[in-house]
Formats: sequence, structure tokens, C-alpha cells
Amino acid sequence: MAPKKVVLRFGADIADQPIIYKLVKDYDLVINILKANVNPQKEGTMVLDITGENVEQGMEYLRRAGVQLQSLTEQIIQNEEKCVSCGACTAICPSGALYIERPDMAVRFDSDRCVVCHLCVKACPMRAMEVRF
Amino acid sequence: MATERTFQEINERIKSGKAVVVTAEELVSMVREKGVTRVTSEVDVVTTGTFGPMCSSGAFLNFGHSKPRMKMHKVWLNGVPAYTGIAAVDAYIGATEVHEDDPLNSNYPGEFRYGGGYVIQDLVARKKVRLKATGYGTDCYPRREIETDITIDDINEAILFNPRNAYQNYNCAVNLSSRTIYTYMGMLKPNLGNAHYSTSGQLSPLLKDPMFMTIGIGTRIFLGGAVGYVAWHGTQHFPSFIRDQDGKNLGPAGGTLAVIGNLKQMSPRWLVGTSFIGYGATLTVGIGIPIPILNEEVCRYAAAGDDELYAPIVDYGEAYPNFTPSNLGYASYAELKSGKIQINGKEVPTAPVSSYPRAREIAGILKEWIKKGDFLLGEPVQLLPNADAGITANSLKG
Repeated sequence: MAPKKVVLRFGADIADQPIIYKLVKDYDLVINILKANVNPQKEGTMVLDITGENVEQGMEYLRRAGVQLQSLTEQIIQNEEKCVSCGACTAICPSGALYIERPDMAVRFDSDRCVVCHLCVKACPMRAMEVRF
Repeated sequence: MATERTFQEINERIKSGKAVVVTAEELVSMVREKGVTRVTSEVDVVTTGTFGPMCSSGAFLNFGHSKPRMKMHKVWLNGVPAYTGIAAVDAYIGATEVHEDDPLNSNYPGEFRYGGGYVIQDLVARKKVRLKATGYGTDCYPRREIETDITIDDINEAILFNPRNAYQNYNCAVNLSSRTIYTYMGMLKPNLGNAHYSTSGQLSPLLKDPMFMTIGIGTRIFLGGAVGYVAWHGTQHFPSFIRDQDGKNLGPAGGTLAVIGNLKQMSPRWLVGTSFIGYGATLTVGIGIPIPILNEEVCRYAAAGDDELYAPIVDYGEAYPNFTPSNLGYASYAELKSGKIQINGKEVPTAPVSSYPRAREIAGILKEWIKKGDFLLGEPVQLLPNADAGITANSLKG
């Protein structure tokens, strides 16, 4: 099952609770934290990749716990007409979504591994990496 | 008897459809398998290719005269200034010129979204380009301004003339500083976060004829998707060989080419407007050069593989901008292409900024042109200065 990417927003009132622990333990979900900014007594945000049978139930739990959820619909795409397979993005991409396929040396993009950090959008000399909503 | 061939003999074989043509990539493995003597006797021509950003590029344009006539004093193409300090309706659009209103690096790192390289690509894509010009008015050229659309088909001439292309070899760029830097070699992460290199290694034209035994003025080449020619040696042409501390030859460095061709015949697939964040705009150019296998020596040089060709590793955080020596060693193209190299004991991810798949495609296209008999070799009217010429670089004082 393809992972679901969601943005979680915590109010200051719940930022000190073990919400992610419960999400994993009670709903048996595999999570990958792509970005996190959570501090006690402050509002926090987190971007998660969630995989598992009980994703919907887990989301329902998060809503009940007072977490605002937003599914991450912003996507990066590789415009294959513009990409010349130079490779300048491949050592910049932090998640390995952009990589060189050897021995052909062609640049490939695995959107499942993309964390939507936008670094490639800036680094691509051909402007071939585009943001889609 | 050792094989010797002339350009004329090879051209006769091309015309009769008998020439044996292989790409440089194919030659490397053939020579490893069969040895240089046998391959020299079998192969007539080797094709090379490179497709990378080449800043010293641009095009001469002649727009044709307006009614009444005008001596253009300032010219803009899609808002990008072109140099017009030549005759009345001639101009040179340089690849790195940016749009008149570009914020440059005032909002660092700047994006440099449009420039001369893009104008050239738009022209060869046969798009309309907005021409604006002003003049001061003379008795023979009274008109003072014009604003109109042009396409490449309705101007008189469009000649790509690139004063420095096809660098023989290039630095592998790293960043020893503690902040991300934005260079013409791409984005370089701090503390040796990545290493960028920019030649096609064993496919790269001037790495395969390092002593300029076959390439010279008049060599017919693949340029931007059409037929072009070597016009001269390029600017900053410093042919030499890299040697390590023990004097071992690590392959050629420093030669360049000036190339020329009819822009009207070229293609937007092989001339691509390019922007490096924080650095500027440029043009990515496709070049392929045929190397005639005149003798075993030419063949031996052309058969050098990625494991025999090296790039010097240079720090762009400190040493390069300050023009001070950098001694981080060398990396072979085989190592660079593997995806990681070792620098100062650290494993550093590598990435190219020139396209190996496109370089391979160019070598393949050139091979097909020659095999079909469409493309004859141009025998140079004069060879270019090589490593024996003792050319050294000058630098500015002040």
C-alpha cells in the first residue's frame, strides 16, 4: 500500500502528549517522520508518511486528539520533456527520490520517496522539476 | 605493417558506404578486447559527444533593414540585451546575458529565469521573439526606434558562434566551507556534502584527441543538432596533461574549441536555455566530433576509458573564488560516475552537471550520419596548438 503523506498541526495544549506513540502502538501503523517541529507549550507541525491497514482509524484518532490534519497534496513532478538527465539534482535530493540509474546514467524520479522539500526545484538548471497541487 | 590512413581515404570509404564507424564508448571496449593494432586496422572513424552548459556561447544575428532605415544602438530580444556595437542591424546575443529587469542576486540566491541562452533556444524552436531597438538617428539611418516580432526564418542570418566550448576536461567541484554555495557547477552543500563534475569522460571529444592530432580549423562537427565547424581554438585554450605527485600521466586538461554553425538548422533539443541558481543563465550545447583513426597512436588515445581519465578536485568554497591553489587530489571518471568518491578520508556523493545519456545520443547520431554517407570528415586546414606549444595562462593584475 502506498504511504499516505499528511501534515499534522498540534496546538500548544496538546504538544506535550505522546500522540505519535499512540498512533503507532494502538493502530499498528508504520510511520516515517519527514519533517517535525514540535516543542512543549508551543504549536507544532509534523509531516508524516503513514502506511498500514488502519490508516483511516489512526487519522480519526488524531482528529479526536485535537490534531489538525491536512493531506499533503503538493507534489513534485519531473517534466520529462525538459529533463536532459544531466544529474545536477541527484546529489542534492535528500531522500534519494532523484537518482542516477547505472550504467545508463539516466536521471530517474521515484515520487514515493519524495519529501516535497523543493531543493530540486531550485537546483535543476533546466527547470524540469515542477510543483503540482 | 602498421595501419595508416588519410582523411581522403576515409572520406572515399564513407562515400561508398564502407566506412566502419564506432562511438568512443564502443571503441574503449573493442580495444580492451582485441588490442589497439587490430582495432586500428578495422575502424575508420570514432564519434564522440558532449552535452553540457557552455557559457561562452552566442549567436550573430542580422535582422534585415526596416523602412526607414535604422542604425541600432541598443537591442533587446525578449527583454534580453544583445550587443550591437557592430553594423547597423547586426547583433550578438550572448548566452549569459540576462533579462533587463532580472533581480540578479539581490534576492540571493537569484533565479536568473531568462537570458540569452533561452532566446537562442526560443529562436531555434521557431518561436516569435520580441525585438526592440533604439537608435540615435543619422542622415543615412534616420529611424530611432522599432518594436516588432521576429522569427529565425524571417531574419537574414543567424550564426551560432561560440568562442569557448567543449572543454577538454573540467574540475570536480566541492565545497569545504560551512555554508551551501551556488556556483556554475550547481548547488554545493557545505563540508564536502557533494561533488559535481562536468564532462562526459570517455565520450568527451577533446579527451579523445588530447594532442590535437586530428582536430583543427575546419573540422566538421555535430553542433546543436546540425553540422558545424571548428573555427579556431577556444579562448583560454591551455592544452596540457595532468600529472600526479609521482609524475603519472592522469590524462589531458585545458584545451577548448571555438565553434561555428548555421543556427537556422539547429534544434531546441541540442541548444537548451539553462539557469544555475545564484550564478546566472547560460546555454547547454550539444557537440559531437568525429575522430579519424589515422594510425595506432590516434586510436590508442581515443580508446582511453573512464578509469584512465581524471578530473582535479577543487574547493569552490575558498580556493576557486580566491584563485588560490587547491590540493584535494584527482578522481577518475570511473569513480565519479560510480556515485561516490573519497576526499580527505570522507565518502562524498558525486553528480554530473553534463548529461551522459545525451552525450551518448550525440555520438550515436554522428555515427549514423557518417555511416549513411551524409557527413564527410573535414580535414583541418590547420591543426590547433597542443600541449607541446607551451601556452600558459595570463592573469589580471590589480
